[in-house]
Amino acid sequence: MPGIHDRGGWPDDSPIDRSEHQPLLWEQRTDALMRLLSSPEKGIIRVDELRRQIESLDPERYETYSYYQRWLTAIENLVIEKGIVTAEELDRRAAELEAQSAQTPPPP
Amino acid sequence: MSLDQDDHERHDHEADPHAPNEHRGPDTDVWEHRAAALQEALVAKGLVTPDQVRAMIEDWESRTPALGARLIARAWTDPVFKARLLADAKSAARELLGIDPGVPELVALENTDRVHHVVVCTLCSCYPRAILGVPPAWYKGLAYRSRAIVEPRGVLREFGLELAPWVEVRVVDSTADMRYLVLPERPAGTERMSEQELAALVTRDSMIGVARAKEPIGVT
Amino acid sequence: MVKFREGDRVRVRDEARAGHIRTPTYIMGKVGVVSRVHGSYRNPEQLAYGEQGVPEIPLYYVAFDAAEVWGGTSSADRVDVDLYEHWLEPA
Repeated sequence: MPGIHDRGGWPDDSPIDRSEHQPLLWEQRTDALMRLLSSPEKGIIRVDELRRQIESLDPERYETYSYYQRWLTAIENLVIEKGIVTAEELDRRAAELEAQSAQTPPPP
Repeated sequence: MSLDQDDHERHDHEADPHAPNEHRGPDTDVWEHRAAALQEALVAKGLVTPDQVRAMIEDWESRTPALGARLIARAWTDPVFKARLLADAKSAARELLGIDPGVPELVALENTDRVHHVVVCTLCSCYPRAILGVPPAWYKGLAYRSRAIVEPRGVLREFGLELAPWVEVRVVDSTADMRYLVLPERPAGTERMSEQELAALVTRDSMIGVARAKEPIGVT
Repeated sequence: MVKFREGDRVRVRDEARAGHIRTPTYIMGKVGVVSRVHGSYRNPEQLAYGEQGVPEIPLYYVAFDAAEVWGGTSSADRVDVDLYEHWLEPA
């Protein structure tokens, strides 16, 4: 049975959603981080490793996550796998940022 | 433990006014914090700098299908360049655009009135980003990735392109790190147009193979 | 050493397995014709696990009749796939 990412020829009669998607800053940030980490100069993550991690997402996430949600989850998993940062550290920083933004009213 | 566990999914946010869909995904604002947290952590380890991230985002903005369109317009007007583009698109791109496509190979596929190539990546979303910019959401979407390889004519019809039955449709699955650029057919009635005017007819979609190049205004 | 040349008929190994591979399932077991030899590249199936991916493996652009791949239910005429040499055998 093909993996969740191996989509060629899957029964799918949904129309192509051709709406154009304006990139969000966090998506550009995620993209930039991956391209930096995989650059020949840094060589910290390979694109092949990113693909492996994306393919290992559980099927429900794979199906419902957006493109960069898959990417970000995969990059997080890779830097944790490589011992660069811990999951706790990422969680803590994200929680702090969230708390900060909760105190700041959103711009009008 | 993996981050890909529950903790990140349980943030209590108010109902998202935008229903999740494949292009947006669930819980958008949680992800802003996660991306920022990742960047902070990597900066703290000395692995990236905020300036490098900014420069990469600027690079994203600078890569647009206009780059690919220049290659196509030159190929339409210069047979020698066209031959070089078809033989070695990477060096042709380096020469004309002054940029390194940054991929192992860039391969140009010529569409004619007999043969039509359309590109898909069924396994992920491989795309010639250096010369076309980021791929459109539909190219990365599951419907296109599932369907284009088996029923390209139906998919192309959704893009408004009806191919004659005698046209040979070749679907190219970009499974390795080669990157494919479709050289669309030059539209009729463009003989007097300059290279710059021609480039304006070359759309992103025509370089993926889901459309033809635009017809010049005034030609029916 | 490149095993196949342009025009050679090749069969894709039918070896579905877990882990990261770059050969789509739909093409496994199918017979096509090499239409271009791209060159040799590091093995992505090893690179994905942090290995070096050497020695490099020849990569081929292989053209398949859509009827061979999809059994006549397809509106494609040809399906072209990039395949690494260790996935191919002479046909």
